[in-house]
Amino acid sequence: MISDLFSMTVLVGILASGIRLATPYLYASIGETFSQRSGVLNLGVEGQMLLGAFAAFYVALTTENLWFGVLAAIVVGGLMGLAMAFVTINLHAEQGISGIGFYLFGLGLSDLLFQKMLGTVETVKGFPKVHIPVLSDIPVVGEIFFRQNVLVYIALALVPLAWFVLNKTTLGLKIRAVGENPEAADSLGVSVARIRYFTVVLGGIMSGVAGASLSIALLNVFQQNLTSGLGFIAVALVYFGAWRPWGVLAGALLFSLINSLQLWVQVLGIPIPSDIAVMMPYILTILVLVLTVSRVRPPSALTKSFERGD
Amino acid sequence: MKKFRFLLTLILTLAVLLTACQTKETEPVVEEETGPFKIAVVMPSAINDLAFSQSMYDALVMIQEEMGGEEAMTFVYSDGMFVVDDAAAAIRDYASQGYDLVIAHGSQYGSSLQEIAPDFPDTSFAWGTTVDTFGIDNIFAYEAASQEGGYVNGVIAASLSESGVLGVVGPIETGDAKLYVDGFVAGAEATVPGIKVNVNYIGSFSDVALASEAANTHVAAGADGLTGTAQMVIGAIGVAEENDALWFGTQASQTELAPAHVVANQVYRWDVVLSEILDLIDAGTLGGTSFVIDLANGGEVMDFNPDFELPADVQALAEATVQGIIDGTITIELGE
Repeated sequence: MISDLFSMTVLVGILASGIRLATPYLYASIGETFSQRSGVLNLGVEGQMLLGAFAAFYVALTTENLWFGVLAAIVVGGLMGLAMAFVTINLHAEQGISGIGFYLFGLGLSDLLFQKMLGTVETVKGFPKVHIPVLSDIPVVGEIFFRQNVLVYIALALVPLAWFVLNKTTLGLKIRAVGENPEAADSLGVSVARIRYFTVVLGGIMSGVAGASLSIALLNVFQQNLTSGLGFIAVALVYFGAWRPWGVLAGALLFSLINSLQLWVQVLGIPIPSDIAVMMPYILTILVLVLTVSRVRPPSALTKSFERGD
Repeated sequence: MKKFRFLLTLILTLAVLLTACQTKETEPVVEEETGPFKIAVVMPSAINDLAFSQSMYDALVMIQEEMGGEEAMTFVYSDGMFVVDDAAAAIRDYASQGYDLVIAHGSQYGSSLQEIAPDFPDTSFAWGTTVDTFGIDNIFAYEAASQEGGYVNGVIAASLSESGVLGVVGPIETGDAKLYVDGFVAGAEATVPGIKVNVNYIGSFSDVALASEAANTHVAAGADGLTGTAQMVIGAIGVAEENDALWFGTQASQTELAPAHVVANQVYRWDVVLSEILDLIDAGTLGGTSFVIDLANGGEVMDFNPDFELPADVQALAEATVQGIIDGTITIELGE
């Protein structure tokens, strides 16, 4: 029974499905990493994902062009980010509460639009799996990494890109400065508001694409509350990853791999009650958080709104 | 200025809360005593989920037509009430607005109903899926013998399987979901002894992504026939289609999601229970009885996809199984 877990089919299955499951988390968490590094906690990720998922699905269904769908998710996610930025940066609203407000707004509006514009669950032909020539033929590795849909590849490519932008560019330096010490950044001529607008809108765009990765690539359907809490886990993964893109990747993969492991544990008939099995990813996440929390420190200005003193 | 901002945030937050929690009404509330019979329903998922909530919505539409349209019966609903507290508030609201029958369509609403019903002795309540009326005389209970259609689906799936492996995507190991899954396993094993029926419960009624990955797991483990129950299976049906595996549906017809891969569906016909409840209310009884829909009373119907070419011998076996369950020659042995 337990030894079945170590067969090649099972290991490849766990890893390939772990990477698929991690994709929506990666988009949303990397976007959220940017907002949080600049000092804005966006709890509205789930709502942005839902609206992005709906927009992508609806546009892909009606235009039969998947890239238009992605574009729609980008626009809708960006607009949601813009609204969030206005409320938290210009109006100085409490970030946590307004994030929850935007979540509920996204949940309600995506459901309303779904009922009015589609009325029933439909399917769309989503992004197909792309077999990358040569690489996809490598035994084991090929099957795990190189036979996924295009949005999976883009998500994975965004990790080093995000790391580079945050750590090796002037823009990244400004983002970090604004998140650590907005007064100092301001005194050096960095526009705190402009940087935060940029990161929060970027976060919205990424959440929108995270939604699209579900509705037109992984699942190819839309229904009410499609994301079912994924957006909140994405926010938790930013803490888990200590506000670093590679850490976020590690967290998303760990969480997803444990989730796919528990599915296999049940399929192989390993005698663990299903209730315990489904708790595994959450228990492990909490455990890692507890063990690492003392080592890491959130951006100093996180959740604090900034007003110029002059 | 600070006060203004606080107020603005409060107003914005309340506004979005209200958009999110709005109730959809099919008809403005008619307040006349002598007007149509008024039903209100609270459901956990969307009315078009192709599963649990839709089965109740379809039944209400059917009953309304049977009774002669909106002059005879009107109904309103709150769907997507996955938060039990919100659902409880809605149930109480409907009761205090004078609805004749308030249906709490979800076993998670039981304890709320137990609290609310005694405060409205002149209102009839119904809830399911369960057999428990709490001994309160204005509560009806209803349940589905979902193991019966599960068994039939299991028989068909085992007969069609070439790989000898089947996969089941379950939500939470409880209620009619567990009955369906156990029935499916029993049917498959009775038909092809030694067949492998892999089951995984994903721990959620709504996580479409995990349900889809659960189905991928089954396919990777060699399954060529899949089934699952509850509203999150729409993700799994797509996986069946993509991998050319067969799908067996339950609760409502799921054929339209994968017309070439859905073989058969067990469809719930709650209208059978609803007519009985309405007759009882008409005669002055507001509750105290529990009902079960099954193949025998027509509350569960096997719906075969006309576009799927089911071999004649399998079709005959499926029909004989339905008949056997109805006349009692087949008894379904459920697991522990």
